[in-house]
Amino acid sequence: MHKEFLMGNQAMALGALAAGVDVVAGYPGTPSTEILDTIAKRNPGDVYVEWSVNEKSALEVAAGASYAGARSLVTMKCVGLNVAADPLMSLEYIGVKGGMVIVVADDPGPISSQTEQDTRTFAQFSKVPCLDPSGVAEAYAMMGDAFELSEKYHTPVFLRPTTRVDHGYEAIDVADPDEYQATSPEGFVKDASRWVIFPRLSVRAHADIERRNAELSHELSGYARNRIDWERGHGDAAPKDDAAAMGARTSRKAIATHGINYTYVRDNLAEGECRVLRVATPFPFPDDLALDFLQGVDEVLCVEELDPVIERALVALAGRRHLDVAVRGKLTGDVKPSGENSVEYVGGVIDKFLGRGEGRAALAADPAVGAAEPPQLPVRPPVLCAGCPHRASFYAVKRAMRGKKTIFCGDIGCYTLGNAHPLDMCDTCLCMGAGINIAQGVGHVEPDTHCFAFVGDSTFFASGITGVVNAFYNQANMTLCVLDNATTAMTGHQPHPGTGWTAMGQKVTPVSIERVLRAIGLTTVETVDPLDLEATARTVARVDAEPGVKAIIFRSPCVFLYRPSAQSHVDPARCVGCQRCVKQLGCPALVPQADGRVAIDGSQCTGCTLCEQVCPTGAISGGVRV
Amino acid sequence: MSEASVTTVTPQAAGEKDGAMRADIVLCGTGGQGTVLASRLLATAAMQHGLPVKTAETIGMAQRGGSVFSHVRIGEGVAGPMIGRGRADLLIAFEPAEAVRQLGFLKPGGTVVASNRAVVPVSAMTGGPAYHLDEVMSYLRTTVDRLVVVDAADAERELGSAKVLNVLLLGAAARTGAIGFTVEDVGRAMHACVPERFWELNDRALAYSERYV
Repeated sequence: MHKEFLMGNQAMALGALAAGVDVVAGYPGTPSTEILDTIAKRNPGDVYVEWSVNEKSALEVAAGASYAGARSLVTMKCVGLNVAADPLMSLEYIGVKGGMVIVVADDPGPISSQTEQDTRTFAQFSKVPCLDPSGVAEAYAMMGDAFELSEKYHTPVFLRPTTRVDHGYEAIDVADPDEYQATSPEGFVKDASRWVIFPRLSVRAHADIERRNAELSHELSGYARNRIDWERGHGDAAPKDDAAAMGARTSRKAIATHGINYTYVRDNLAEGECRVLRVATPFPFPDDLALDFLQGVDEVLCVEELDPVIERALVALAGRRHLDVAVRGKLTGDVKPSGENSVEYVGGVIDKFLGRGEGRAALAADPAVGAAEPPQLPVRPPVLCAGCPHRASFYAVKRAMRGKKTIFCGDIGCYTLGNAHPLDMCDTCLCMGAGINIAQGVGHVEPDTHCFAFVGDSTFFASGITGVVNAFYNQANMTLCVLDNATTAMTGHQPHPGTGWTAMGQKVTPVSIERVLRAIGLTTVETVDPLDLEATARTVARVDAEPGVKAIIFRSPCVFLYRPSAQSHVDPARCVGCQRCVKQLGCPALVPQADGRVAIDGSQCTGCTLCEQVCPTGAISGGVRV
Repeated sequence: MSEASVTTVTPQAAGEKDGAMRADIVLCGTGGQGTVLASRLLATAAMQHGLPVKTAETIGMAQRGGSVFSHVRIGEGVAGPMIGRGRADLLIAFEPAEAVRQLGFLKPGGTVVASNRAVVPVSAMTGGPAYHLDEVMSYLRTTVDRLVVVDAADAERELGSAKVLNVLLLGAAARTGAIGFTVEDVGRAMHACVPERFWELNDRALAYSERYV
């Protein structure tokens, strides 16, 4: 054992290595990405690790490994589970041999996701057991617990941290590499009655799963991480039986919570102030423990993020057992229905629930600020980096299509930021790969609209290709714009099938986007350097005018992948202060000065030359295109 | 905010037992400014004193030039990594508007160490709310009693690099006594976290922070 200061995601990675994981597969997505990154970095050498093409592939690769008796780990973000849902739902019926843990990182807020979906609810739907860690040390330990549980019951198991656990850091004890558990997978043993899903097998498996989960609910009530803090607590000073004597009965109150919210609750309670149930296994729910917790309690506050999972479970228990207890939370309006909780928000909710009055709530409401009115602050949404080739691609298309009736369907990645002013080049964004199909749908309704779909290179491989096949075969009219920056940029530069390297560090043959498109049947597949503005805009105008499905690949590397060789400079004598560059491009390296002229921020400029090409007076020069 | 009851943590003498030290620190700035490394340095200093420490970082889309923050919680009796509003002992701001944005986290009587160099977002140049640095600075000056303003332009001229702002801010913060660490503690943590070829520059930045006593 040794101590390391680790991010929750790194802790889960080391937990999996300590548990002797054999095969790891995942698709990047905030806040989950560092788990697999860390396994690739800390690989003792005998672990197979891959960035899969998408979450469905990852889960299926892991399932195969698990069929062969190996321990497998799959990592993804919350919405990634939607992509992996198809194999998951069936896999729960088939079951696994080697332990299989699926980490799904949920994102209350949401901070970096499209939805606020709750994997605890997905666990109920898919019937897959789920562990919910409250911190870094626990995330590490739960990884081992999850593998044990998976092998004992032959089921995949969810481990579902949320952002503040994923990206929280703590110094924790972790195993040395020579302490890592050794596994020796038996290999795949043919048995069609076990591994081939048929209706006959499914109905039997369904019954087995329900029986097992009922059994698991009992077992998990004894799981040490499901626990009650402070048996005695709020209101116990006035026992129920003496209530009449006291004139007015003091209500006995308790709090039920989970995950990072458990730390918010604890940081807002004095020692022993109130009985607290911490639910570490939201599914199967630890009914027995929860009944102990409800014993003698009049009111329970459920402090949860995302869905009211604990609240519903307690309401159901109270109903089934005819308990006289008021269950409060999201369903009763005591806790907000959406968004991320915070220490002070939870403090305020607890103050109200316990009748603590002004105390801490007042502290939370008074942000240490005096009477002075705060000044107007600039808004700071994330933006495309200085020199980002996506800016050039969007600008070229915008310029080429000016005055025409268009729709620009966007997708998931850095290039979603093309929606911001002044580019305004993202009319729709739904989910990975959706833009390509949405463009077709709009085109079927509005044949006079020029339909464009923008998709990144990683997203193209993840779920864009089927959309192109659909468009081509079903006779759509659209222009596909693949923004190929040679990496999965938004999540921190993971490889994808177009990059030519793998998570194992191998150099491999990249999959050619052009050849994939030509193989589908597209006859117009143009590749351009988006930093050459004139040529790119000309190509866009020409390709747009062609009928059918055609593609343009905008190829230029992400600015994180190279060291710029030169930077642009503004000649103050020639700059007339029109700020056309600033207003057209919105590049963070272009900074207007007090006199209206523009200067270039040397700490950001990559010398991409886009502003040089936009400047009407030729005042900017010096950059060199990569 | 002119409370007399200031309860900042006092620095621990070397070798003294640090068990009683508790400090909640919020760092803020814009994506790419180096708040994550600064929070790492504070955590390392805490661990070098044998103190428990928990931190929380902004990782993801906001790193593309958005508002970012780190929370650092040092000492015993801390359940989670997040600091509640109105509860931080110290706010270290890499950017003045971000200092104002996160000021609500500061407890009454808390300390603010802030760079005075504005990072003007694209939105302020393309029709969004404007950035008035003078208003931002005067608000900080009138609202915060214990305010240390670090002149980033001066420091860059003097030190020949803008990349040491994080270590400079930590040095200035240490000199306020608000985190219980000395400048030497920050130096030790820096040596543990940063490649040796950058030590000289960062050591100079720490020495330079003396003017903010």
